[in-house]
Amino acid sequence: MSAKALGQSGVEKAVGLLRELYASYGFTHYKMSKFEEYDLYVKNKDFLVSDNVITFTDTDGKLMALKPDVTLSIIKNGSYDAGVEKLFYNETVYRVSKGTKSFKEFMQVGLECLGDIDEYQITEVLYLAVKSLSTVSKEYLLDISHLGVVKGVLEDFNLSIDAQKKIISYLGDKNAQGVENVCESENLSDEQKKILLAIVNVYGAPDFAIDSLKKAGLDGQALSALNQLESIVNGLKAFGVCDKVRVDFSVVNDMGYYNGIVFKGFISGIPTGILSGGGYDKLMQKMGKKARAIGFAVYLDELEKYLLEENEFDVDVAIEYGDEDAKTVGALVKEIASSGQTVGAFKVVPKKLRYKKLIDLKEGC
Amino acid sequence: MKMLNVALPKGRLGEKVYDMFEKAGFPCPSIKENNRKLIFENQEVGVRYFWVKPSDVAIYVERGAADIGVAGKDILVEYRPDVYELLDLKMGKCDMAVAAKADFEDDRTKTLVVATKFTNVAKDYYGSLGRDIDIIHLNGSIEIAPILGLSDVIVDIVETGTTLKENNLVVVEKFMPISARLIANKANFKFKSELIEKIKQSLAKQTEN
Repeated sequence: MSAKALGQSGVEKAVGLLRELYASYGFTHYKMSKFEEYDLYVKNKDFLVSDNVITFTDTDGKLMALKPDVTLSIIKNGSYDAGVEKLFYNETVYRVSKGTKSFKEFMQVGLECLGDIDEYQITEVLYLAVKSLSTVSKEYLLDISHLGVVKGVLEDFNLSIDAQKKIISYLGDKNAQGVENVCESENLSDEQKKILLAIVNVYGAPDFAIDSLKKAGLDGQALSALNQLESIVNGLKAFGVCDKVRVDFSVVNDMGYYNGIVFKGFISGIPTGILSGGGYDKLMQKMGKKARAIGFAVYLDELEKYLLEENEFDVDVAIEYGDEDAKTVGALVKEIASSGQTVGAFKVVPKKLRYKKLIDLKEGC
Repeated sequence: MKMLNVALPKGRLGEKVYDMFEKAGFPCPSIKENNRKLIFENQEVGVRYFWVKPSDVAIYVERGAADIGVAGKDILVEYRPDVYELLDLKMGKCDMAVAAKADFEDDRTKTLVVATKFTNVAKDYYGSLGRDIDIIHLNGSIEIAPILGLSDVIVDIVETGTTLKENNLVVVEKFMPISARLIANKANFKFKSELIEKIKQSLAKQTEN
C-alpha cells in the first residue's frame, strides 16, 4: 500500500522515504531531546539561521531553549574516537518564520557525517543530497561551491577584511558589477580582476565551470581547492548524478563555521533552496572537537506547500449509508478496504470531502 | 514551453525597461495598448510581463511569482530581499541623501531625529558614523518633516533636487548612488539559467551604448 493511500500527507511520505534512503547507506537514526541549555546557542549565535530562540526556565533554574537547530546538539553530544560516525535525524525545530515574524515549528530531516572525513565521505554526502532532492521532485539541481577557492583567492590578493566581506556578499548576490567596483577601489590588477569575475560569473555543469576557472588562472591555495572540487565531481560521476550538479560560487555559507565544500539544493516550483549543507570543520574546532564534519538539512516546511497539491482526494471511495445497519455497511467497507482502496463511511457524507467515487446506500442497493 | 515571468515596475522606468526586453528578443506588443490590464503574455516567445508597484517588484521575485524583475537599488538595500542582483541597468539614476533646512547644523551633543521612508538605510548609514539617532518612519511628503520641526533631517532619494529646493531644503550629503537593477529569484534562476543569462547579456550590451 502506498504512503498516500495510508492517508499520510506528502511531507510525511517524503520523511519516510528520506529516512529509508539514509538508512540504506549506513546512516543511523539519531534521536534527541526537544530542549538544550540556552548557553549552547548563545555561544554559536551566528551559526543559527535566526537569532531568536524560545527560552524557558527549567525546574532547577537553568535557562533552557527549544531547539532552533539540530547540528549543534549532535556535535555537543558526540564523541569521535576513531573512524567516521554517520547519523541522520528527523526533528522539529523552533524558529522565527520570515513572513509572520513569529515563532513556528519546522520539521527538518538531515544527516551528519562526523570524524575522519575523506574525499569519499564528502562525495557520498553530496550524492545523498542529490538523491534527497530526487526523492521529492522530478526537477531538481544541487549547487556546489568550494569555500577554499574563494578564501584562497581573497587571501592571495591581500584584501582588507572589509573588502573581503564586500566581495563575499556580492558573490552571494551574483553581483558582478559590485565585485568589479571593489576591484577598482582596491587597485587590483587586471589578472586578479579576471579571476574574481570568473568566480562570480561562473554557473553551470561542473566540468565546464572548473575548466573556465582553471583558464582564468587560479593558483596556490585556490587551485588546490579547485582540484579537490574536481576530484569530488569525478566521484559524483561514478555515482551517476553529475548531470544534476552545478558549480556555483554564490553558495557562500558563513566562513567562520563552514569550510571546504558547501552546497544548496533547489527543486522547481519552490522559490528558495530546500536543502542546505556543507563541511563545518571550523564549528567542530570552536566546540573543541578534534574531528572533521559535513552534513546537510532538508527544510520540509517549504516542501509542504509544494506537495499538498498532489493530494487530489481525501478518500478513494465515500459511502453514504443513511439508515443502513452496521452489518451491511461493515461488510461493504471491509470489501472495499481489502481491495486496496481508501474508504470513508458516513451517515451523511460531509460536503468538504473529496472522493473519487460515491456509493449511496440510501437508494437501496 | 515554460513561461518566463517578468515583474516590471509601473511607470516611466518600467516602460523603458520593457523596450530593452523587446530589443533583447522578448516582445509582447499587447503591453503597449493603453488599458488597465496588469498581465501581458506572448506565448510564442514564452514570456509573461506584469506591472507591479515598484517597491513590490523585489517581493514578487523573492517569492518566485516572478523569475526576474527590475527594482531600484534603494529597495534592495532597504528590504534586503534574498535575490540575485544580476545587472546594473544604469537607469533611474538618483542618490540616497541626507537633506535638511539650509541653516541646519548638526549638534552632536543631541540625538539626531531622522525622518525617512528608508529606515534600515538610515540606521546603517548613521550606524557607520557612530551617530546616535531617532527614526521617524513616514510614507510620503518626507520633505515637510524638518519644516514642521518633526525631524532635524530627512534621508530620501534625490534625483534633481527640485522638490527639496521648493521646500527650502538642501542636500547635506549624498551617500549612496542608486539605479535600477535586474534581479532574479535564486531558485528559478537555476532552472531557467540559459534564458535569464541571455537576457542579462543583451541588457548589458544595451546599457553600454
